[in-house]
Amino acid sequence: MPSVEILSRIQFAFTVAFHYIYPPLSIGLGLCLVIMEGIYLKTGLLVYRDITRFWIKIFALIFGIGVATGIVMEFEFGTNWATYSHYVGDIFGSALAAEGIFAFALESGFLGILLFGWNRVSKGVHFFSTIMVALGSIFSALWIVIANSWQQTPAGFKIEGHDLGARAVVTDFWEMVFNPSSVDRFSHVIIGAFLAGSFLVMSVGAWYILKGRYLKHAQAMFKVGLSVAVVAALMQLFTGHRSADYVSKYQPAKLAAMEGHYDSLAVADMYIVGWVDNKKEQTTGIKIPGGLSFLTHGSFSAPVQGLRATPPADRPGAVNFVFQTYHAMVAIGITLIGLTLLALILLWKKQLFNHRWLMWIFVLAVLLPQMANQLGWYAAEVGRQPWVVYGLLRTSDALSKKVTADQVLFSLILFTFVYVLLFALFLFLLNRKISHGPDVTEEEETDSEHFSKRNIANIPS
Amino acid sequence: METILGLDLPTWWFLVIGGLITGYGVLDGFDLGAGALHLFFNKEESRRLVLNAIGPVWDGNEVWLVIAGGALFAGFPLVYGVLFSTFYIPFMLFLVSLIFRAISIEFRSKEPWAWWRRMWDISYCVSSIFITFLLGLVLGNLIHGLPINKQHEFTGNLLTFFNPYAILIAFTTLSLFMLHGAIYLVMKTENRLYAKLTVLVNNCSKFFILCFILTSMATLIYVPHMTQAFKHHPELFVLPLIAVLTLLNIKRNIDSRKYFRAFMFSCIIMSCLLILFAIGLYPNIIISSTAPANSISIYAAASSNKSLKIMLLIAAIGTPLVISYTVFVFWTFRGKVKLNEMSY
Ligand code: HDD
Ligand code: HEM
Ligand code: HEM
Repeated sequence: MPSVEILSRIQFAFTVAFHYIYPPLSIGLGLCLVIMEGIYLKTGLLVYRDITRFWIKIFALIFGIGVATGIVMEFEFGTNWATYSHYVGDIFGSALAAEGIFAFALESGFLGILLFGWNRVSKGVHFFSTIMVALGSIFSALWIVIANSWQQTPAGFKIEGHDLGARAVVTDFWEMVFNPSSVDRFSHVIIGAFLAGSFLVMSVGAWYILKGRYLKHAQAMFKVGLSVAVVAALMQLFTGHRSADYVSKYQPAKLAAMEGHYDSLAVADMYIVGWVDNKKEQTTGIKIPGGLSFLTHGSFSAPVQGLRATPPADRPGAVNFVFQTYHAMVAIGITLIGLTLLALILLWKKQLFNHRWLMWIFVLAVLLPQMANQLGWYAAEVGRQPWVVYGLLRTSDALSKKVTADQVLFSLILFTFVYVLLFALFLFLLNRKISHGPDVTEEEETDSEHFSKRNIANIPS
Repeated sequence: METILGLDLPTWWFLVIGGLITGYGVLDGFDLGAGALHLFFNKEESRRLVLNAIGPVWDGNEVWLVIAGGALFAGFPLVYGVLFSTFYIPFMLFLVSLIFRAISIEFRSKEPWAWWRRMWDISYCVSSIFITFLLGLVLGNLIHGLPINKQHEFTGNLLTFFNPYAILIAFTTLSLFMLHGAIYLVMKTENRLYAKLTVLVNNCSKFFILCFILTSMATLIYVPHMTQAFKHHPELFVLPLIAVLTLLNIKRNIDSRKYFRAFMFSCIIMSCLLILFAIGLYPNIIISSTAPANSISIYAAASSNKSLKIMLLIAAIGTPLVISYTVFVFWTFRGKVKLNEMSY
């Protein structure tokens, strides 16, 4: 039977990757909802009310699964990574507590009003609730990313005790919160989430346009999605670059793995596509010579620290995996910029919705940011190995001592079963919701004559 | 050791966690209880009504569990690790039940088919019962004590958890949540459903009173360490007294159909029982049933003083916020439930 370590890692990776399908959609949709409802309140256009209500229902579905799978993650630290929990509790705990109190309570509290409050509260209060839910989901990302960033670049702490009894203790809260990577990574993660949500909105809009249904609603939602996506795609390049920058300073072995760079004395190239042979310590592919050197040191001829500078036991083993996931993410990032700019130009020329091929691309493009989000985490987390807390605690030391392999196997099988079921149900319901479409308000389809008749009819005699 | 108002920091954090768990019991208790009673309602409309009675609030209620978990992680990381890895299998089942419960509520209304709705009704009811039962089981084991050795490692097996005392506590928890949930539902409904619930509330109160008496006796006989504190502080006897009086009040208010009051009293009794539990534990969190010296005390488990102080500050800022919007949400959805197009 595989070891507890391998099983626990598989289980953690599987459950967190599954969880991470939903939060980016919740966060991104949250922003889109705020924009749609805001436009409705400002202009009074009923189209925007209809699409807001339509997306609220889908939001509820996604959010529900996000919450259910998120609770698993929180408790998994205790069940599978007890040593890790003890080690980082002093630090990680306060971030998690802050997340619960400031973020989760905010989003879940106002969620009730968002979903069920249309007829109960005024428009203004409803809009306020929408904003609070959106903000709450962003805050929760903030704290969880801070906690994770601390694992990548620990700061503001000291070590107490020794061996397996050791633990990290906060010395400076703000230094811990603003550790060297948290700002860059938070902005990168949040914008990745905006991309995921806005592409979902565009995908559904494009689908209706292709089917010739709900044209007015579809164009309205597409435009909302596009306005978020254009800005986000461009900013993602910038924040991604900032992330690469901090990695080069604080985790040189990870950066070297991302580019398959071994020799510290050599100029570092940047690959467009490539393949790493970790046994031969060789990378082949199409490259920009000196590209990585330029990006890290601003000079095409400066050497960059390579993987060989780190002893094999302290550097990531799955170099090709890190390389490929990282490159796929960047490639997707560039593609998204191209796609959204193209759509923007066509929109400006008033031709956007006539190009069926482009609409088809947008229907499918919903998968791209989803994939980039997943790939980004794989690159960041696998590239951090063999450390759970970079340079301080090894993954293999972080386990629960008393949990046995068959227990973890049991829970892994259980979760696989449940999550496959959950995913199938999710796709099924999402599909049904989309084919059902928004509930179109009557008034909108009535022409002006009809409208005035009704108005007359309403005048008390 | 640093103190605030005469209490040291780990004790403060112990109180915070106790408060969070009580909040969780009081809030999620009623929607879990409503879930456990779900299959008692036969008609589609009744089922929709009782589901929508908890619709806007159950998710917010569940957050208290998330916060309590986070607070335990933050304040007593050692306990967090020991507790969850010890109860590995029960917790995994617990988590899966939470997932099923959430999606049952969420998915049920999405399709009109009878089999679909029946399937989610069953899954909702069963998972609610399971969650409550497992919570009670963990609570019972904590009261009873666990076989923990010097290295804070668990030396029992899965059957250790299913000891008779813990099972009794699990049933008591279930009965209390069902009572709490039934009172909540009766406040939120009208007409025939209301009439039906008045009977159900009555039966639940009998079930709970029976469990309460059995638990009290079993605790006195089998877990004497829970009553240690009373020997040194006889004034604490006022607590069990309040519990009994509260219980009588619940019964009296149910009989005279003053359900809001009955609900308040069932909140109080939940708090009383948890306070008794906390007093019995303090200053330990996990009691070792093998040797008292192996118990894990809050001092051995606590995070650094600095961290505790930061978190107390976070809690002091956060709690009023959370309470204010919890109240706001409950206020918004006050009164009897009505179905409309956004309902489940
Ligand atoms: C970038 C954002 C992000 C990331 C990296 C994670 N989560 Fe998450 N999580 C969210 C963003 C989020 C979210 C947007 O706040 C939720 C609420 C609804 C949803 O779909 O996701 C969520 C829900 C959620 C919940 C339920 C909260 C509730 O009841 O409202 C818990 C306990 C966690 N998460 C815990 C975790 C843990 C322990 C993670 C790491 C291993 C994690 N999340 C990664
Ligand atoms: C604050 C948030 C997070 C924390 C504290 C965290 C922490 C951890 C821990 C403890 C492990 C286990 C060690 C291991 O398996 O190697 C791990 C692995 C992993 N995490 Fe994260 N993680 C977080 C967020 C995420 C997210 C959101 C993803 C997105 C999908 C992710 C992806 C992974 C993957 C793929 C692994 C497996 C790596 C491997 O086993 O080689 N992580 N992380
Ligand atoms: C445009 C070019 C992009 C660049 C240069 C880039 C760069 C990076 C780098 C260097 C990391 C690793 C940070 C670390 O190891 O801590 C990273 C991680 C990540 N990326 Fe990207 N990225 C790009 C595009 C994208 C896109 C389009 C998305 C999603 C839509 C995305 C989502 C993520 C996520 C979720 C992570 C993991 C969290 C983190 O570590 O920050 N990235 N990215």
